[in-house]
Amino acid sequence: MKHLRAVNKKAKRIDDFVAAREGDVVGLQNPSPPTPPKPHIPMGCSLMFSPGWEVDAAGGTAGLCQPVERDIYDCYVTCYWPAQVPDHLNNTPDWTSKCATATKDWRNLDLVFP
Amino acid sequence: MTATTSRAVSLGEFHAFEAGARRFLYLVPAGAIFELDDAAAIVIDRLSGKSALLDELAADLLQHGVSSQDARELIVELLEAGVIVNGHRSAEAPQSPPSDFPLQTLVLNLTNQCNLSCQYCYEFGADKVATPDGKPKFMDLETAQASVDFLLAQSGGRRTVHITFFGGETLMNFPLLKQVVAYANKQVAADGRKIDFSLTTNATLLTPPIIDFLSENRIGVTVSMDGPKELHDQLRVFSNGRGSYDIIEPKVRALIQNHRTRPITARVTLTSGVTDVVKIFRHLKQDLGFHEVGFAPVTTSPNQLYAINGSGMNRVLEEFHFLANEYLEYALRGEMHGFTNVSDTLAELHQGVNKSHPCGAGLGLVGVGPSGDIAPCHRFVDSDTHALGHISKGIDTEKQAEFLRRGHIGSKYECHTCWARPLCAGGCHHEAFVRYGDTGHPNLHYCDWIRDWTDTCLRIYGSISAGNPEFLERFAERRAS
Repeated sequence: MKHLRAVNKKAKRIDDFVAAREGDVVGLQNPSPPTPPKPHIPMGCSLMFSPGWEVDAAGGTAGLCQPVERDIYDCYVTCYWPAQVPDHLNNTPDWTSKCATATKDWRNLDLVFP
Repeated sequence: MTATTSRAVSLGEFHAFEAGARRFLYLVPAGAIFELDDAAAIVIDRLSGKSALLDELAADLLQHGVSSQDARELIVELLEAGVIVNGHRSAEAPQSPPSDFPLQTLVLNLTNQCNLSCQYCYEFGADKVATPDGKPKFMDLETAQASVDFLLAQSGGRRTVHITFFGGETLMNFPLLKQVVAYANKQVAADGRKIDFSLTTNATLLTPPIIDFLSENRIGVTVSMDGPKELHDQLRVFSNGRGSYDIIEPKVRALIQNHRTRPITARVTLTSGVTDVVKIFRHLKQDLGFHEVGFAPVTTSPNQLYAINGSGMNRVLEEFHFLANEYLEYALRGEMHGFTNVSDTLAELHQGVNKSHPCGAGLGLVGVGPSGDIAPCHRFVDSDTHALGHISKGIDTEKQAEFLRRGHIGSKYECHTCWARPLCAGGCHHEAFVRYGDTGHPNLHYCDWIRDWTDTCLRIYGSISAGNPEFLERFAERRAS
């Protein structure tokens, strides 16, 4: 809090509680406030060749070493970047069959209805 | 924000205090302490005694040079913390601890016999609650061992438990004390836990071997002592009326000299002729060398000769203030002063306690008498009326629940508008019984005193937080007992 300085332990707990209510949930962020929250841009993109990250070093998508659509494939096959995608082992083994090149064919990745 | 500007806000429940040139709030019932900046102080002043609409408040802040964005944030902040409230919000009483609350401390009254005849004694004096007729005068080993087993069984997942040896005069049953220490150490070692011991004594029976034993076993010692000879001997006398000072003085010096493993504390009972707090403190701390000295006014019905009257209590408070200011000077230099009454209050303020009950009696702490009767604490030991069970059968949960229901802050209506209730919670159950005949009655005879003292300690806390915040880190850990 800006105008109230938490002095004892209980006040700090209230402070944390208020901050938690006001603040957004931002994945992979560090450090926590007082640094204002901003997207975390991890080191390592250029080493991994499979970025998985949604943003480039400038916070946009233009400079990614692989296109953002590449993420979908990583979620699906390598589980490198976990997100909800169809399960390719048992139920939808052919989900990407119409998507040879993710950057071009990503529109062919359809929804799956169980 | 625009949708709510027409809503009225007023001050929440808190106690405002100043320390140094800074302004603080003690939020009730949370027990939180916040320092205000200038803008927040404007809001508090504006709302003092009256409510205001949110847009009026924002306009006021604007006039004081606070930007509208900042004013908006400030108001949200104050609302979130409960410093200001929207409409009427009545504070809820703190929840009761769970019924299976684990035991932490057992007070073992090794004997109800004493070699002194202090007139004010709550165990033998006019206001006694004990009914020891026909009960054993000394605890036997079997009862003591059963008590240790009981503590370990009832302490749940606590890694450290505590036994306090008490009396009567504790050292009249020193042989049992030694056996209990050995037995308890063996039992806790078996399941990888820790146990911590302390004892209260009048020091008359201390001998070099006893002191060595206490030091070797890291047993904390509190000596009941009322000051220099002329004050101590007024009421702390043998049955023939002779004062006990001359007997204990060399023994206390030997204790402090040779018991090096734990701080040695003096516990002073203030009575009508014994209110010279500063003089007593100087003697016990500087002359004798106690590490800590704590004071408490005698527990008594008001008609006893040794009861302190109103003007006597005012004098005590003045003297407390003097020592408290001295404590602050020490704390700002990073030194311990030794006035326990301040340290204990600061520790609770630092945590921000909000008590459902004034103390752990009948909850995390119980007393066991020589007969094996379980009492809410050592002060109720040997009282048939207040017994909560027997060590052979355990705690009578119905009686315990009734005791705790009475003592809960929620049932003390007079306390519900008092800002000091997070710490006080109505005060000592035993004192309440002696004064009002009901353990759950708030101790209304010292409300003003408690509020004044709490305010004093808050200001000290605020000053230390500004001048030497590292000092407060020593209160970061909750004390084990």
